[in-house]
Amino acid sequence: MSDVRMKEFMERIERGQKIEATDWMPDEYRLLLLRLIHMHGVSEIMGAYPEKEWVPKAPTLRRKLSLLAKVQDEMGHGQLLLRVAEDLAAPLGKVRDDLITDIFTGKIKFHNVFHMEAPTWADAGIIGWLVDGAAIITQTALLDCSYGPYARVLKRICAEESFHMHHGESIILSLAEGTEAQRQMLQEALNRWWNSLMFFFGPTEVSDAASRMIYYRIRFKSNEALRQKFLSRYVPRIRAIGLTVPDANLYYDEAEQKWHYTEPDWEYFSNIVRKNQGPKSQERVQLRREAHEGNRWVRDALLHSQEKAVI
Amino acid sequence: MKSQESHPSALVDFLFQLADDELMVGHRNSEWLGVAPDIEEDVAFSSIAQDEIGHATFYYNLLEELHVAPSDVLAFERDSRSRRNARLVEAENGDWAGTIARHYFYDLFEQVRLSAILHSSYEPLAMGASKIIREERYHLLHMETWFKRLASGGEESRGKLLTAVDAIWGSLDDLFSLGEYAVTLVEAGIISKNAEQMRDEWISLLQPTFDEIGFCLPRIPMMSDGGRVGEHTVPLINLLDTMSEVYRLQPGAKW
Repeated sequence: MSDVRMKEFMERIERGQKIEATDWMPDEYRLLLLRLIHMHGVSEIMGAYPEKEWVPKAPTLRRKLSLLAKVQDEMGHGQLLLRVAEDLAAPLGKVRDDLITDIFTGKIKFHNVFHMEAPTWADAGIIGWLVDGAAIITQTALLDCSYGPYARVLKRICAEESFHMHHGESIILSLAEGTEAQRQMLQEALNRWWNSLMFFFGPTEVSDAASRMIYYRIRFKSNEALRQKFLSRYVPRIRAIGLTVPDANLYYDEAEQKWHYTEPDWEYFSNIVRKNQGPKSQERVQLRREAHEGNRWVRDALLHSQEKAVI
Repeated sequence: MKSQESHPSALVDFLFQLADDELMVGHRNSEWLGVAPDIEEDVAFSSIAQDEIGHATFYYNLLEELHVAPSDVLAFERDSRSRRNARLVEAENGDWAGTIARHYFYDLFEQVRLSAILHSSYEPLAMGASKIIREERYHLLHMETWFKRLASGGEESRGKLLTAVDAIWGSLDDLFSLGEYAVTLVEAGIISKNAEQMRDEWISLLQPTFDEIGFCLPRIPMMSDGGRVGEHTVPLINLLDTMSEVYRLQPGAKW
């Protein structure tokens, strides 16, 4: 019986049909998706923190408004993604509260970039321009995902991320055209973020989980292909505004049609992600813990007042 | 009537009251980004913060049009002595009950104040108010819902709300004040109600909520001008330090 279901399931996927939340799916498919979407959602939420620090300090009213709207979008994406993850997690007996709690019990990882420091205003610009730029590349690569609810949510997320990229680019351009001190601040921020950005796309070799996701048509492209796309898109732009990419070994090989670059310290960054060992990991995880546990009384109060209203 | 010509100082002072109130409350709201009680509320609160800062921008732009100074200079360069916001909105957020109670009281006041400038003799202000009051209506609904829910949300929640109301009540003294030019503002028709009228209307709007949830309405403290004449508290000085940190790095630079 289950062989027949499995065969039908794979045939649907191969025909390009979307799998929906209430459809039968193999456990492996569910778990791969859940881990991917849970991590994506949590990364959006944890991704609010490095930029959140700069909302109260944004240097003009216009910047304050756009950064506030941008961080709100990230939280909104987190919410959309957690809703998709909740449906996948329901048969496993997990609810929203568990999905959030997993962040501070270390059961779910989030992207390396959100473990890093953002010590200047220029970092807020680089995050919008390049981190969101990198995220657009990885997320648009998932738009044809075989799981319908994720594909639909991604469509909206990608559209909003491209606004974020423009918001970041606008901050960057002001700094690049600004005073010597502003330009220096910008170059230093780029230097700080470059290795994290190279790591962001993940290891060069295709992991077991990644090849299973390709098999199920959850994703299609390798990490390396996405990294190459990022380099092709952004290296010329970075150079065009007079910044230097902080990698002396970076060059494009016309014959191979491939960028060569210095590999990031894989072990250093994977420890950051796996063990929450980055410069800001513990502080931000703690913020999330306080937000969730410190305000438990508020959520309890809502339930209590709703119960009273029903009675 | 061209009230900006006959009463420039009164009008400018009043626009500062409006702009600074909205900027401070928006700033305080934005401090909840990423740490609100749940993800849904995080998104909602951020929308409200954006509205408030958008309104502040509208008022600073009116000041810019009156050739006072560019709006960013007015928002980022003025020290605490020249700020005209009420002390209520500069206070730190405290817990969620404190945040909701403060915001609810403020939004109720906003309804009262905005309705008193809907027909302001200064037309640009009247036009802005008619748009802003529609947005503020939603903030008020949001805060009123939270206020009532916390009141009926069990012992802990109700206790926290009562404590917050007590603490905030003492800082309402300058909320209704129209500052140094109070008499002129009303005479010139820039606003149609004076401080006492606004306070009484505010109480009459708050009373039904307090009755519904069984809270006792304390006596309003004696009115003073406080923040409306530049007398502020330490939290505002700290807030301004934070807010202008980047701006001050390169005064006059484009950001």
